Amino acid sequence: MIEKIVKICNKAGLHTRPSATIVKMAAKYESDFYITKDGMNINGKSIIGVMTLAAEMGSELKLTFDGPDEEQAAKEIINYFNRGFDEL
Amino acid sequence: MKNFSQIFKEADNKIAGLAAAPGIAIAKVYLFMKEKLVINQGTITDVIEAQKNLEEALTKSKKELNKIFALAAEKMEGTRASIFEAQLMILDDPVLKSNILKRIEKEKKQPEFIVHDEISKYQRRMSVFSESYMNERAHDIEDIKNRIIRNLQKKGWESQITNNMIIISDTLTPADMILFSRCNVKGFVTDHGGLTSHAAIISRSLNIPAVVGTHNSTSKIEDGDTVIVDGFHGYVIVNPNEEQLDFFKRKAKKLTELQQGLLKLRDVPAETTDGREITLMANVDVTGEMDVVFTNGAKGIGLYRTEQILDELIEFPTEDEQTKIYANLSSRIYPDTVTIRAFDIGGDKFKILDFTEPNPFLGLRGIRLLLKNKPLFKTQIRAVLRASKEKNIYFMLPMVSTIFEVREAKALIKECKEELKNENINFDKNLKTGIMVEVPSAAVLIEQFAREVDFLSIGTNDLIQYLIAVDRGNDLVADLYQEFNPAVIRTLYHIINGSYKEGKTVSICGEMAADTLAIPLLVGLGLTVLSLSPTTIPYAKRIIRTISYSNAKQLAEECLSFSTEKEIIERIERFFKDNTITRTRNII
Repeated sequence: MIEKIVKICNKAGLHTRPSATIVKMAAKYESDFYITKDGMNINGKSIIGVMTLAAEMGSELKLTFDGPDEEQAAKEIINYFNRGFDEL
Repeated sequence: MKNFSQIFKEADNKIAGLAAAPGIAIAKVYLFMKEKLVINQGTITDVIEAQKNLEEALTKSKKELNKIFALAAEKMEGTRASIFEAQLMILDDPVLKSNILKRIEKEKKQPEFIVHDEISKYQRRMSVFSESYMNERAHDIEDIKNRIIRNLQKKGWESQITNNMIIISDTLTPADMILFSRCNVKGFVTDHGGLTSHAAIISRSLNIPAVVGTHNSTSKIEDGDTVIVDGFHGYVIVNPNEEQLDFFKRKAKKLTELQQGLLKLRDVPAETTDGREITLMANVDVTGEMDVVFTNGAKGIGLYRTEQILDELIEFPTEDEQTKIYANLSSRIYPDTVTIRAFDIGGDKFKILDFTEPNPFLGLRGIRLLLKNKPLFKTQIRAVLRASKEKNIYFMLPMVSTIFEVREAKALIKECKEELKNENINFDKNLKTGIMVEVPSAAVLIEQFAREVDFLSIGTNDLIQYLIAVDRGNDLVADLYQEFNPAVIRTLYHIINGSYKEGKTVSICGEMAADTLAIPLLVGLGLTVLSLSPTTIPYAKRIIRTISYSNAKQLAEECLSFSTEKEIIERIERFFKDNTITRTRNII
């Protein structure tokens, strides 16, 4: 299991477009993927869950990856967060 | 014996509205409350069936979204497109779906309740956060939730509406009307909408009595009530007493006799007493109404509204599907002609989700949308060409406002012809192409437009709306929507003259042609082709056969000199009296 704290660094925050991208990325992997914020645990493969997560610029999220391909999944998704969802 | 005005005066159980489609209907009502989403919380017995219904509703929602997206794609770049994509993804959300399926099985409640409850949980979570930040997403989720529930309920509606009912609703879309027309509905009553709303137009073409713009019928009428719909006078009588029932039953019987008499006119020409022949063609909305076209003796189809195809098919129709529909139309109407109007979408006719324009009637609609969405437009042009082998198809462009649009559309038609030639596909090389004259700029420049095209057709509904600057769907200003406004009559005169000057045929296909009061005036203004709802053709023919062209011409000349609508209407009413023509509502 991999756990990682990430920070939202783009201005618009985790809005619809990056939510969709993250869910699509997660869907490619067998591993479970969860996002935790303020004690709330969201399945990262559920678009409606990710969309309803209010994550503004500056907020911190915990990402959890668990499964056979957790390393690749973590690499791709954490990278996307760090790139500010390609909106920097 | 009492007459209508006495009956209405004494009735304290009446609701007044606009007389949208003639006829009298007496039946039990079905209250169609689709705008207010009422969630059925009832329990179910068949879990498998409920789960299957959910799957079907999800699939249908996906198809609808895909169609909307196909229409809006080119204009909706980037962010808007991703919102659409997210909505589609919600329909496939594995977590959401499995939770809903599990709950249906466990709680044995209606799937619409579970869907509502489950998605609302997410919405509640969002509402905790600052509004502006989440607003847009909240809206998207609300949208998709309602779409799924609507599709779940649609199945329910279809099974609930038994035959021979009167539908009471706040508004009705063309898609609703199609659904109902398959259930042998007896009448329509709506809270909103004017005489040119879709509910009104489609009721007329289906020959189903309708009263629209009643403001409050949905709150005054309850499920299980019996009502009388008087589509001649625009009244609805709720739970009629013996006397009212008797009166209207007698009137309905008389009306049936009259209509049968009118049908005898089917095979006689619509000719004035002094020998001027008027061609009466049909406006066609629903493919199923072709039989009505023939029984009413239409000489071809003057307006085939293709938007209907979009409503009927859940997904966007392919070139082959369209070709099949148009070719079938062509062969059924042969040797008469059919004028196919390109998709007139946008405005009020086809609401494109996620694409809210501040002023849809002044926005991307008709030819404007088609030219911005060329692949879509070309699909239709190619289909029309491929169906045109019998040479009885005309092609018409809607909402044209500049010459440039006509030229651009013609260039696209040429391009499609070249393509088909290279593919060795047969088509009418001289496919007649025309425009709707419904925007004032096209009316003013009529001669210039006439030089560009083979024919012109006046769309009075929009023309009046744009000329008088009145929203035709807004019953607050419905009284300003004046068919007989002197500005309208003079504009018609200008269009007709300008077209003739360039040697082009001009017809009228707006609802004005279905107004019996307008017919002598339209004939007098020089029109020889009128296209109208098929069921109104016999009424129009009856009037034409009793008037003379020279009298009608004189009437038109006088009307052109008036400065108020009132004067014109009074003059026409006098014309009816002088020529001893009685309007249908006064015969029965």
